[in-house]
Amino acid sequence: MTFLERTTDIRRLRHWEGTIEADYIYTSGIAGERFFVALREEGRILAARCSFCDLAYLPPKMFCERCFAELTDFVDVPKVGRVEAVTLSHVDRRGNRLARPEPWAFVTFKGIHGGLLHRLLVPPDKARPGLRVRPRVHPKDVRRGTIADIEGFEPATP
Amino acid sequence: MTARISKWPGKELHADDLYQAKVTQVRFRPDAKYAWSAGEAMSRFLEELQQGRLVARTCRRCKRVLFPPRMFCEECFRPTDGWTYIRDTGTIETFSVSYLDRDARRIAQPILVGVVSLDGASPMMGMMHYFAEMTPDQIRIGMRVKAVWRPPAERRGSVLDIAYFRPLREGEA
Amino acid sequence: MIGAGMTLFRRRLQETGKELCYEAARMALDSAGLTLADVDAVVSGSAPDAFDGVHMKGEYLLDGAGGYRKPYVRVFTGGGTGVFSTIAGWWHVASGLADVVLVVNEEKMSSCQPHAQSVFAHIWDPILDRPLQPNLVWIFAMEMNRYMTVHGVKKEDIALVAVKNKRNAVDHPCAQLADPKITVEDVLKSEVMAWPVQRLDISPPSDGASAVVLASDEVIRKRRIKDRAWISGVGWCIDSTMWTDRDLYFPQYVARAAKMAYKMAKIGDPRREIDFAEPYDPFDYKELHHLEGLLLAKKGEAPKLTREGVTQRDGDLPACPSGGLMGVGNPIAATMGQKIGELFWQLTGQAGKRQIPHEVRTGVSNGWGDLMQYGSVVVMRA
Repeated sequence: MTFLERTTDIRRLRHWEGTIEADYIYTSGIAGERFFVALREEGRILAARCSFCDLAYLPPKMFCERCFAELTDFVDVPKVGRVEAVTLSHVDRRGNRLARPEPWAFVTFKGIHGGLLHRLLVPPDKARPGLRVRPRVHPKDVRRGTIADIEGFEPATP
Repeated sequence: MTARISKWPGKELHADDLYQAKVTQVRFRPDAKYAWSAGEAMSRFLEELQQGRLVARTCRRCKRVLFPPRMFCEECFRPTDGWTYIRDTGTIETFSVSYLDRDARRIAQPILVGVVSLDGASPMMGMMHYFAEMTPDQIRIGMRVKAVWRPPAERRGSVLDIAYFRPLREGEA
Repeated sequence: MIGAGMTLFRRRLQETGKELCYEAARMALDSAGLTLADVDAVVSGSAPDAFDGVHMKGEYLLDGAGGYRKPYVRVFTGGGTGVFSTIAGWWHVASGLADVVLVVNEEKMSSCQPHAQSVFAHIWDPILDRPLQPNLVWIFAMEMNRYMTVHGVKKEDIALVAVKNKRNAVDHPCAQLADPKITVEDVLKSEVMAWPVQRLDISPPSDGASAVVLASDEVIRKRRIKDRAWISGVGWCIDSTMWTDRDLYFPQYVARAAKMAYKMAKIGDPRREIDFAEPYDPFDYKELHHLEGLLLAKKGEAPKLTREGVTQRDGDLPACPSGGLMGVGNPIAATMGQKIGELFWQLTGQAGKRQIPHEVRTGVSNGWGDLMQYGSVVVMRA
């Protein structure tokens, strides 16, 4: 049989179903541990400074990706940030339609390299780049040391 | 250099640190489901299993009888030529006596499993399967065995349509 | 090769995969007296994404591996990656495209719950093998049994390798499972997993990272680098995935890879010309299997060499002087640290307490991967 004689009706072919099952536990790492413990315990958001490159990474890293220095100097980011970009999500992680669209934003801070992706806590029609925002953090007793300890970013009244 | 370094990097965690969330972490289960196409050769292979038969493919160039069947000969690198049935008797080429199930949990009654090369196929051509009706002390490389098929109504088009291979008895082919 | 580095190998480390890469890479660069700015290209070696649980792992690891805005590629050949990534690094330099290459290998097996077995299991064919609900250990058990039966090797002979390597590992600062007191009896009394494999025949799953720095001879001359070892030969080969069609008693694919490497290194009589070896030893019997595959022993002869002490550190052909995977640990690709790294440290006289007591000038190492298919071989000279 040559390849030209093979079956072209795929309904005649069988298939075999299965899943790939595994559970994962991801540690935050050395830098991540400092970031998430500060968030959980004190509601602070930290960045890591590289003095050689004059950069402060958010989220903080253990090393500078540019000069490869080890980073140990962690600083608080400014209280107010800026929305760089927004999107409105109409479906959840599994593709199911949401009752109302959810705004998400990429937020940056002055003097800080990088930023955070998180919920934008405004009505969908008010979501736009350029908004001045500040983080709204959940009450301490429900914080667990993950990015979800931040509820989202809300408008910062001047 | 290794003699000069005093502190090697790496922060060890103990089981508790991880499982009792003493270090910050995220837990996640991916949700991956698959439907693997069996393709031409495997589809026919599964059909034939459901009929209680083992089928192989032939390559005219190297004259091998290939089992499990495949649409191309990997040595000659050309399409294989035809179908041929092979026997359901064979020889144990290797085996293991497993005290672990597939999740690495301990089981009391061991599973006998291994590779059986099948009569009618080219030498060493075989499949992995269970062995039964023999004890861990009896199983041997070189033992002659025969497939025990499930009743036709229970077959689904799967390698499990064979329940296991048992020792070939006196007088059997 | 002008530098090497590795992290501790442990069952679970806190660092993220990126951080592990950084720790090993930084150590390797420091040992070579170089900075990240000196690096022309980076090769990342890491085994299935499913262990760390991060899709597109090469891209994920790159900043920790020093790959930021550099030519970067991730290679993966299953368990062969530990040696193969060095070969890929060598391609970069030998082609003339790069003068300094950083090779960084990493694995974080601890992310996978309850055990890395859960994803290892997906190596099996979904139609032919998986319905039988196989455990990964069955692969090794079946290969080990075939090897033992064809050559009449006893479990006692094989256990000698576990004892040698776990004892050798006592002198390795990163070792996870070193044991100065282990005996053949301990191995033979350990829990039977899938006969003939017992618990102490197996190397542990680990977290870890390792890195090496490769440089052209021009760089070595210009910077007058004294601690260097040469890559004289490389080889790699893969066999059919239809493993049930193969006779498992001898790794043909390792022999082919070895012949390719020996030809390049102009080695006509490996047993005489190779001074020491780091064969891949995820299981104790694999050291024997691979010594034969590397043509350092005749088929079936490796157990005899072991019994006679030839493969001890002070023997005529030391094998796994590092302590191997059996003693140091098995973070798959990161085993480059005690395979290739060990060749480097021994050949440059930097192996500390593990240093082979007589002069060694030529060493060989192999990696082994996939469904008993893949062989990668590197020959290095002082």
